[in-house]
Amino acid sequence: MTLAVRVIPCLDVADGRVVKGVNFRDLRDAGDPVELARQYYLQGADELTFLDVKATVDNRSTMYDVVARTAENVFIPLTVGGGVRTVDDVGRLLASGADKVGVNSAAIARPELLSDISGRYGAQVLVLSLDITRSPSTRSGFVVTTHGGRQETTLDALEWAKRAIELGAGELLVNSIDADGTKDGFDLELVAAIRALSSVPVIASGGAGRVEDFAPAIAAGADAVLAASIFHSGEVLVSEVKTDLARHGYPVRTL
Amino acid sequence: MSRKTVVVFDYGTGNIHSAIKAVELAGATVELTRDKQKCAQADGLLVPGVGAFAAVMEALNAVDGGEIIDRRLAGSRPVLGICVGMQVMFENGVEGGVDTQGLGEWPGTVRKLNAPILPHMGWNNIDAPKDSVLFDGLHDERFYFVHSFAATDWTLDVMPPFPAPKVTWAEHGERFVAAVENGPLCATQFHPEKSGEAGIRFLKNWLATL
Repeated sequence: MTLAVRVIPCLDVADGRVVKGVNFRDLRDAGDPVELARQYYLQGADELTFLDVKATVDNRSTMYDVVARTAENVFIPLTVGGGVRTVDDVGRLLASGADKVGVNSAAIARPELLSDISGRYGAQVLVLSLDITRSPSTRSGFVVTTHGGRQETTLDALEWAKRAIELGAGELLVNSIDADGTKDGFDLELVAAIRALSSVPVIASGGAGRVEDFAPAIAAGADAVLAASIFHSGEVLVSEVKTDLARHGYPVRTL
Repeated sequence: MSRKTVVVFDYGTGNIHSAIKAVELAGATVELTRDKQKCAQADGLLVPGVGAFAAVMEALNAVDGGEIIDRRLAGSRPVLGICVGMQVMFENGVEGGVDTQGLGEWPGTVRKLNAPILPHMGWNNIDAPKDSVLFDGLHDERFYFVHSFAATDWTLDVMPPFPAPKVTWAEHGERFVAAVENGPLCATQFHPEKSGEAGIRFLKNWLATL
């Protein structure tokens, strides 16, 4: 008996609409996150992630509604990230139907936020989102960034990851800013470095361009793989990724 | 056949949206309430639970949860515990050095799993008895788990004429109890409401026993 590696499509959502090109042929409304989530569910996605890319106050309430409607007909775990700043934000997302909540910059500014959230709701709801780039400025050569990678912090990515786990993060979403958008595959060195220090599950993100890109991320130590555009473009189905992972001997959930 | 009624026990635990919708999809009429009479009268009572064992027990105790569950079981009225809603059916739970008394429906302790990576998060397969009613047709399916604590022993002996409990196991670092079918009291460590179509079928199997 073994735990299956998870394949997770990620949807960027703003004002209740999916942003970034979604190109499914059979969709009535390719911009509706609820319908798209349902499609991925039927394709065999193991989890779904919504990223609230705007996260303004108005947009927030729209997001709660999207989450609630999705949870009504998608029976897999749902993670929501983007703009989560307080324990109350987490409470509202969970009450709307999210199973896990992704926290990023707010935890950099105020690390106690992590212990506050896990103390209140448990580590299993708390995903620490890490946007990481390579930089000579830190000891490990990996630095944490904010603002979608445009702004470097002074935090060594590996030290921050370790501290976040101590504070109560239940999972790490490791997004390589360098690999993101390249379609050249995941940053395997980064995944391996995080795996080496992490006692919690690790999700590899950023860089997937082909079906063959996923198995190396698992080999590098990821427990799950996350991708957006490769799935949205319709180039690759979730089931095709799983077939390739299974071909490499990794356990996957099949429908 | 009229639709079965299920009450999802509303004692203030986390995400219950999907539990309600999943049980509805499985074919029941569902109500979210803590009303004692409604909890007693429904064909089935579903006890969800997320977060820390101690916090869930505190929330349950605040609304006489133990009494509501005990009364149902005394009258052979079905109860289904999910995740921490299963864990609290055991005698006690040990989390972070804190030992909390559970509802004590079953002997045994819930403690941290001995595994290199925790939480145990994701889709795992299960080892269900062949004659399991709840896993009928589902023995080869995976179910969604998210937890760090579990019961790793099952010690309850039941004497005839009562049927022996059916215990389903899973493994993450070590073997642990993934589900129990014990007369009117059933429970799962995994989340059927997050386990896709397999989870819905599991809930259908449970509804069929009500």
